[in-house]
Amino acid sequence: MNLSPHGLIAAISMGNVLFYAFAAMIACAALVMVISQNIVHTAVGLLFTLLGVTGIYFLLDAEFLAAVQLVIYVGGTLILIIFGVMLTSQSQRSRLGPSLPQVMVALTLGAILLIALVVAIHHVTPTLARSQPAPGEYPMDLLGQALLGDALAPFELISVLLLVAMIGAAYLARGRKRSNENSGSRTP
Amino acid sequence: MFAAWSNSISTPIGGAVGDGFIGLFQLWLGRAATPMERLLEDLLLIAAVFLPMVLLIAMMSIWWERKVAGHIQSRLGPNRVGPIGLLQSLADGIKLLLKEDLIPAGADQLLFRLAPYLAFAPVFAAFLVLPFGPNFIFEPRLNVGVFWILAILSVEVLGVILAGWASNNKWAIYGAMREACQMVSYEIPLGLSIIIGVMTAGTLSMRRLGELQGGGIHTWLIFRNPFVFCAFFVYFVASLASNKRAPFDLPESESELVAGYHTEYSGMRFSFFFFAEYAAMFVISGIQVSLFLGGWNDPAGYIGYASHQWMHDPQSHKLALLLLNCAAAGMFVAKCIAIVFVQMWIRWTLPRPRIDQVLYACLKVLFPLACLLLLGAALWQLLVSERPGVPWVDYQPYQWSAWQSAPAALVVQGILALLGITGIAAIVGWIVHAVLSAKDVKKRLFQIKPASHVETA
Repeated sequence: MNLSPHGLIAAISMGNVLFYAFAAMIACAALVMVISQNIVHTAVGLLFTLLGVTGIYFLLDAEFLAAVQLVIYVGGTLILIIFGVMLTSQSQRSRLGPSLPQVMVALTLGAILLIALVVAIHHVTPTLARSQPAPGEYPMDLLGQALLGDALAPFELISVLLLVAMIGAAYLARGRKRSNENSGSRTP
Repeated sequence: MFAAWSNSISTPIGGAVGDGFIGLFQLWLGRAATPMERLLEDLLLIAAVFLPMVLLIAMMSIWWERKVAGHIQSRLGPNRVGPIGLLQSLADGIKLLLKEDLIPAGADQLLFRLAPYLAFAPVFAAFLVLPFGPNFIFEPRLNVGVFWILAILSVEVLGVILAGWASNNKWAIYGAMREACQMVSYEIPLGLSIIIGVMTAGTLSMRRLGELQGGGIHTWLIFRNPFVFCAFFVYFVASLASNKRAPFDLPESESELVAGYHTEYSGMRFSFFFFAEYAAMFVISGIQVSLFLGGWNDPAGYIGYASHQWMHDPQSHKLALLLLNCAAAGMFVAKCIAIVFVQMWIRWTLPRPRIDQVLYACLKVLFPLACLLLLGAALWQLLVSERPGVPWVDYQPYQWSAWQSAPAALVVQGILALLGITGIAAIVGWIVHAVLSAKDVKKRLFQIKPASHVETA
């Protein structure tokens, strides 16, 4: 690290300040998510973790990725989580108390992941050059052409997979309704 | 704005004006701004323009809504505080500030406090990409503008759901669940109708959308082909539902759920939800205007023409460019207010459907319709040759020779534009008629009073 006065001033640019702000937000929210025993608090912790990651994507000029992150993870997954919480839990303030073996397994897995990440980061030489798209070039166009050109097969495969999941969900929902009707709760 | 802070590449000046406010700033400065100046400009913009603007828009919409509601119901609406009641929202704001902020004993303290901000902040962030003029965009370099608004507005629902859940109140949770299922289902036709517009334009950038529609009313996206024309109405209905505006205001239907998801909220926290709703009304009509109704351009295409001409030599047209941007912003806001007015008009006219009818309308009417329109718009692009490019730059929108390669497109656009002009004229005529008869109501209301006094005396 460059610790001369000039280097220090350069390091305190707005981008760096924002990066550390987002990083702190991700870390704190992730901690809340892991520690909290209230399932909705956990979900909100996850929400803020994902929002922080969106901010990091913005700092990296990956705007499309940031918007996709918001739509898919924040918008979609969290609504599903909250739906799940509301529809499944017996009492509104249900507590999650993990047992000791569960905690041990989680800690071991977490430690392995942490070590792997630290080792991996140490072996990477930081040569990430920021590539600016030329003026008039729209990265969105290139992405669209790639999705319907080179990457057409995986793209179509994923959409078929989604269709299968949707049909399955519709079938399950409908099957439950029928059994309810058969149980004779129909009153005029 | 994040992007502007994070890297220090300078926008090229000299030939053309740079994007956004910073471009105008550098034009007046005469050189590229240093990172510190850039930061100061951004902060000043946020403090002096952005925050007051969003708050003013929300406050004025609340006053406007009450005025419209009053006149539709043969009353006068707020008319005591300030001239024609203009300061009513300010007075209400002060009142709400002074009220006690109650938190129910059984509520989830943390989430109850968090929810109003989670509902308001996304709407605020959505304003960043609304194109008020060729340079009046807060974040012009975001080339996924339309998508960004869709994404950020989906976070707003979380605030509503959390508010309902944290209140520990059955009315609130009913409202939150209704909001969740309404939003999740109406996002599909909303997204599809936006895709139809984006597909026809070929871009997601708000600035480019505005430039593409700069050649007069027949180049507005809504009049490009019949499918986009229909998608406009699909978008309007879906946006009403996703912003929980009447007749889709089931999450807070006051006749059955007390006040829905914000039953337990009072004081300042309640006003955050209120502000979020009215600011979101402006945002969704802003997308509608910039995606379908020509953005900042006037019907004659003069703004598009002038900005193209003056961009060639920005140095000698400094003031002209600034004034042009102001005119464009006026045009954009006028169109948005017109759509917001229609939203209010509908709210005070139509009764509220049941939740199953709301979902029926989405999944069995709007969703298939939007899919058909998407297919139609795609086929149209394949089969009918269009005049591509930016008006005035790539072609002259009022010259026959420019359209010779695409006569069918010109005919269709002309017919649709005439249809649109007729429709707009009819609506404007109706509004003028309503305003005139409202004056009559006022006269009658004021005349009755002295007459009854005389009788009792």
